[in-house]
Amino acid sequence: MKQTQPCADSLQQARLARYSPGSTKASARYLWPLAALILLLAANLLLDASFFQLSFQDGRLYGSLIDILNRSAPVALLAIGMSLVIATGGIDLSVGAVMAIAGSICANLLLQADLPLVLVITAGLATGIAAGLINGTLVSYLRIQPIVATLLLMVAGRGVAQLINQGQIVTFLRPDFAWLGSGSWLGVPVPVWLVIAMFGLSQLLLRRTALGLFIEAVGCNATASRYLGINDKAIKLFVYAFAGFCAALAGMISAADIQGSDANNAGLWLELDAILAVVIGGAALSGGRFSLLLSVIGVLIIQSLSTTIIVSGLPAKFNLLIKALVVLLVLLLQSDKFRRQLSSWLPKLRKWRKGGQA
Amino acid sequence: MTTPSLVLELKQVCKHFPGVKALQNVDLRLFAGEVHALLGENGAGKSTLIKVMTGALAKSSGDIYFNGQQCHFASPAAAQRAGISTVYQEVNLLPNLSVAQNLFLGHEPRRFGLIQHKKMQQQAQQLLLRFKLNIDVTAPLAQYSVAVQQLIAIARGVAMSAKVLVLDEPTASLDSSEVQMLFDVMRQLREQGVAIVFITHFLEQVYQISDRITVLRNGSKVGEYLTADLPRSQLIEAMLGKELQQLTQQQAATAVAKQAEPLLVLQQISVKGSLSDISLTVAKGQAVGLAGLLGSGRTEVCRAVYGVDVLSGGEIQFGGKTLILQQPADAIKAGIALCPEERKTEGIIGPLSIRENIMLALQARRGWWRYLPVKQQQQLAAFYIDKLQIATPDADKPIEQLSGGNQQKVILARWLAINPQLLILDEPTRGIDIGAHAEIVLLIKSLCQQGMSLLVTSSELEELVAFAGKVVVLRDRQKVTELSGDNMTAQHIMQAIAEG
Repeated sequence: MKQTQPCADSLQQARLARYSPGSTKASARYLWPLAALILLLAANLLLDASFFQLSFQDGRLYGSLIDILNRSAPVALLAIGMSLVIATGGIDLSVGAVMAIAGSICANLLLQADLPLVLVITAGLATGIAAGLINGTLVSYLRIQPIVATLLLMVAGRGVAQLINQGQIVTFLRPDFAWLGSGSWLGVPVPVWLVIAMFGLSQLLLRRTALGLFIEAVGCNATASRYLGINDKAIKLFVYAFAGFCAALAGMISAADIQGSDANNAGLWLELDAILAVVIGGAALSGGRFSLLLSVIGVLIIQSLSTTIIVSGLPAKFNLLIKALVVLLVLLLQSDKFRRQLSSWLPKLRKWRKGGQA
Repeated sequence: MTTPSLVLELKQVCKHFPGVKALQNVDLRLFAGEVHALLGENGAGKSTLIKVMTGALAKSSGDIYFNGQQCHFASPAAAQRAGISTVYQEVNLLPNLSVAQNLFLGHEPRRFGLIQHKKMQQQAQQLLLRFKLNIDVTAPLAQYSVAVQQLIAIARGVAMSAKVLVLDEPTASLDSSEVQMLFDVMRQLREQGVAIVFITHFLEQVYQISDRITVLRNGSKVGEYLTADLPRSQLIEAMLGKELQQLTQQQAATAVAKQAEPLLVLQQISVKGSLSDISLTVAKGQAVGLAGLLGSGRTEVCRAVYGVDVLSGGEIQFGGKTLILQQPADAIKAGIALCPEERKTEGIIGPLSIRENIMLALQARRGWWRYLPVKQQQQLAAFYIDKLQIATPDADKPIEQLSGGNQQKVILARWLAINPQLLILDEPTRGIDIGAHAEIVLLIKSLCQQGMSLLVTSSELEELVAFAGKVVVLRDRQKVTELSGDNMTAQHIMQAIAEG
């Protein structure tokens, strides 16, 4: 019963938000994704009473919540980059492949024993930016449709990673680099810290400067943006480079986690999870407003869902189907039209039930 | 030739959109076997009238009679079945399909439900021969020139046994020999008793082919004339309006007063395919009007000066220095701003708020790293909402929810915030409801008085004459003449547009 209370409140808020103009609307956007996340976590509590329990061992926190956060780190990084790309009306299918490239570059550099860690990390990130610049150039200066332009690197990128690894899974033994994927600081896993840092820095970069607004303006109307003096091509170039940077960071985390680079599987299909997360966060694929926070909430919804399915003890073969159904439900709940339809059905449903009882 | 009989008649047709009366009590008569030219400037209501006539839009009131019977077309398909075919300006065919497939799309000859390709191709060949087109009907449509595509679109309309054929600017992208080819076909159809509605901006063509003319202005019918009885100057007067003599006189005195130094000098600028050898000067604090019919090059001059289109010849000097413009940002940096003609696609950024739409140009000039604090943004927005009387409950409302007039004020505010030296206004009052219209005209006048240099295009000559110190008349992408002082009357402008 406890869980229904916030839900009723939020319905009330949504109703208010619809009727009052302007500023209150922005906060209403957070309502449904947040409600979905809370509901999912609450469902876990019903399935497993110890779900929210955290334990502290060997200087590190353990528990399902930490697990969810830790596992969602790579996709969260991808989603931060993807939010910007989608805000300009584009899409980046190559981020999974860029993860694989960055991982393979780092793994191979780590085999040279005397290279300092900073250099390896810089090389990995630079690879991501370079890949993003290629995407951005194709999209903004050569005017290739984003889905096609990034599809090129999605396919070719994994091939490049395989070439770098010479068809092998390259493993390394470097505790300092492995710390990025499996270490912890102040009890919290390092990948989670990296997401928090990336989120904070991006938020600063985008919202404390006019960059975020310019990205939204270009996404809403690129022609009008150019007419009022925004360099729309440079903005598009930037968002793809930024997405490449995020992908490289994600790729290094997953390479560090398994202490090796597997060009075939690193980041495989994660671009789709990232896109889905941004969409669950309420962004329109046609471009426009973005919210990094909502995208990260979208990632957490996807990850909690996977965890919930495992915790519920359902056979693994149901995973994908249930995931798709829940995602569909979340997306439907965000649609004004669907909610209006739903609320017009509710009284009829009640009437029907009352009639049945009488 | 059959005796002329009334095929289609529109009586007192009105069409209202929210905030705009697009058509008010318009009558139109179409006789069998005539070419009827439908004329008027942009926004006069031609397209709306066509859409109401062919069932693409529902009329708000009025009656439509087809062959003497009152009728109501629920959709373009219904109108087409009755025999009203429309060929739109942009060829409405499928470039990847073959010519024959395009001609018979939706009513292919069939046997047992399967398309008979052989028969279809034969019929297509025969149909096109009537238009003296002997082409391979199995080739994809995209292989042929726009003119041929246009003829195929017309053939498609005729194939559906049209009694009324509506041609919406069919000649806009044709060269003169192609136009003659089209006219031959039109004459042939006229002899067969088809009533043809012909919309165009080229007046020579009107006199070449049409029998009767209906002129629209601001959503109302100005008159119906026999082409032979209507001199060209009177036609232009009917299109552009003439109730403006009083307005002109008061302005003449102020216009001659100062001979300031030149700010913008265009020296024989050309843009490939849209402008040739245009020279003009805008002095500091002067308002210069650009007059001409649609397609005369007025918008293209604005675009060239703003760096949207890159010059293929000539030179732009601004404040004594030569400007090389690659993109609008270069022009803005120099101190030039533009309120574009296409407000929706080139002006507003719809989902963003009024505040953001106002501050964006200023922000773009400051650069992305020097973010204008939100508090200052709010002050800026509040200042202009008050100064320009933008009707909105608050500054955070998305601009797309405002009316056209208020959107235009926001765009003006955007530029006033960076205080440009030269403000280009391309059709600043297009598509704006009457109330806001007057306010915007007043606003532009006060900008003139404050000494901002303006370059204004407008198809409403009374407006131009009212605030311009000089009017440059364009025709066929070239400058025809320059009028100022006592010469600058709507009458003279019209003459210049007509005769050159």
